[in-house]
Amino acid sequence: MNHASARVRRARTVEMLARAVTGAAAFGVLGVVAFILGYILYRGAGSIDWEFLTAPPRMFMTQGGIWPAIYGTLLLTFWTAVFAIPVGIMAGIYLAEYAPKGAFTRVIRLAIANMAGVPSIVYGLFGLALFVLTVGFGRSVIAGALTLACLTLPVIITATEEALLQVPQDLRQASLALGATRLRTVLRIVIPAAAPGIVTGSILGLSRAAGETAPILVTAVAFYSPVPRTVFDETMALPYHLYIMATQAVKPAPDVVWGTALVLVAGVSIINVVAAAWRTRQRRRIRW
Amino acid sequence: MTDASFPRRRTGRPAFRRAAESVVTRAIAFSGIAAIVILAAITVFLGMNALRAVGDVGLWSMITGTDWFPTSKEPSYGFLPAIVGSLWVTAVALVVSVPVGVAAAIYISEFASRRTKEVAKSVIEFMAAVPSVVLGLMGLAVLVPSIRVLMRLDTGLTAFAAGIMVGVMALPTIISISEDAMHAVPADLRTGSLALGNTRWQTVHKVVLPAASSGVFAAVMLGVGRAIGETMVVLMLAGNSGIVPNTPLVSVRTMPGTIAGEMAEVVQGGEHYSVLFAMALVLFAMTFIINLVADVVLENQRKRWRR
Repeated sequence: MNHASARVRRARTVEMLARAVTGAAAFGVLGVVAFILGYILYRGAGSIDWEFLTAPPRMFMTQGGIWPAIYGTLLLTFWTAVFAIPVGIMAGIYLAEYAPKGAFTRVIRLAIANMAGVPSIVYGLFGLALFVLTVGFGRSVIAGALTLACLTLPVIITATEEALLQVPQDLRQASLALGATRLRTVLRIVIPAAAPGIVTGSILGLSRAAGETAPILVTAVAFYSPVPRTVFDETMALPYHLYIMATQAVKPAPDVVWGTALVLVAGVSIINVVAAAWRTRQRRRIRW
Repeated sequence: MTDASFPRRRTGRPAFRRAAESVVTRAIAFSGIAAIVILAAITVFLGMNALRAVGDVGLWSMITGTDWFPTSKEPSYGFLPAIVGSLWVTAVALVVSVPVGVAAAIYISEFASRRTKEVAKSVIEFMAAVPSVVLGLMGLAVLVPSIRVLMRLDTGLTAFAAGIMVGVMALPTIISISEDAMHAVPADLRTGSLALGNTRWQTVHKVVLPAASSGVFAAVMLGVGRAIGETMVVLMLAGNSGIVPNTPLVSVRTMPGTIAGEMAEVVQGGEHYSVLFAMALVLFAMTFIINLVADVVLENQRKRWRR
């Protein structure tokens, strides 16, 4: 064992060092995530009670609950799903099943990848110009949801395409050989087989949209409003409520701030964990 | 036997079903180009609203102007404070996120056990879903006060504080894209290197990283795009002062922060309003180019290792 030359010993030391440094980076990142979650849980847990979740704010937001903000975020996310999911899934189907290999398809792919990197405030201004002013929805749930739908679209498209591409070619060929048309093959054979991936991808995309502040800042939200009656009303929303509570000059009770943060983070976390766990299970169940 | 002895039989599928199929197929093809339509619409609508600013102030004098006093009696709309501020924030973010992100990607792709890899990947996927406003709040509560005390500054609301938090936001992008790039390097190359007696690290350093370098570069570019465009964190943490900063340890104004912070207060259709659209257009152009470069690099890398 002691015959190892100096070079080999040096290589061993460097190897150990490299493992330690890269490992520290990886676990450091996981640690940051854990710290953020833990800190918010620690500061926010005390303020969560039934009233906080179900009552409207009182006393200039220092007391009462955040129900209108919770409801507003749920409503925005629901309508975002309504607009983004059909188009996103169809676009994914187009790319995976119909698109010819060529320059045009390449441009489409570049456009989708690029959409994913457009800053959220740019989507906000786009939504303001198009949906709020030109179409004339005004600041409203529907204008905000359409804006968020644009932002979520690339996530859903990519998830759908990836899920479809994982379905083996044999299934398609078998279906076509039995005389099914291309569309029928896609709808009856390919989509059901790819459903877990499509559903999780869409849910993850929507959970991100639910946490976005900048796009709804100029298209949908109000500092205080009652629960919206129709989709053409403005609304409160959790991320915006949190932003205002955290930055406004007159400090509100910190309980409200951290309670709101906890509700938002917990909502996003639960959705993410459930969706990811479900996807893992489905992947184990279906093996091609 | 004549033709007439055969009753006319309907062959194939009923007409309505064929019609329905063609409608659905067309909808699918149309959705396919949705991304292009939306990107074009973004350009058109930002451009239309920016027209007045370009006419009144001039695009070049906005981009090169060093003063941002939009509400004074004789307003000046110089983008430089915001552009330079955004660059400082981005620089700090990169210093934080590139070494950590690439190192973490190396560990996850090359050293971690399968179990650790799965867990780490899902945590990082989850990290990308943490709302930016929550990270802004964490920055306000934890980072800003510590920076003020540790660095003996008047305020902790600086490009430095914003940059660290933006770096955290860029981490999931950098880690997952560079991990993908390393994962795509064929296993043969690795086993070949190991068989020649190289250690794992030597393999990473001499084989995997060079082979994955363009993917890692693309990951960094996408991280830059994220960092420049990140809005809520900089709006909450950067401090939004009006000067052209020459150090990250002062309050800075950023492009996304300026747009988001002032859009709610301006007169719709006014000059200031239009100037903010022009700034959004500049920001959009910058991220568009950055993303385009990254996408092209990634696509080429993908082609290289396909089979």
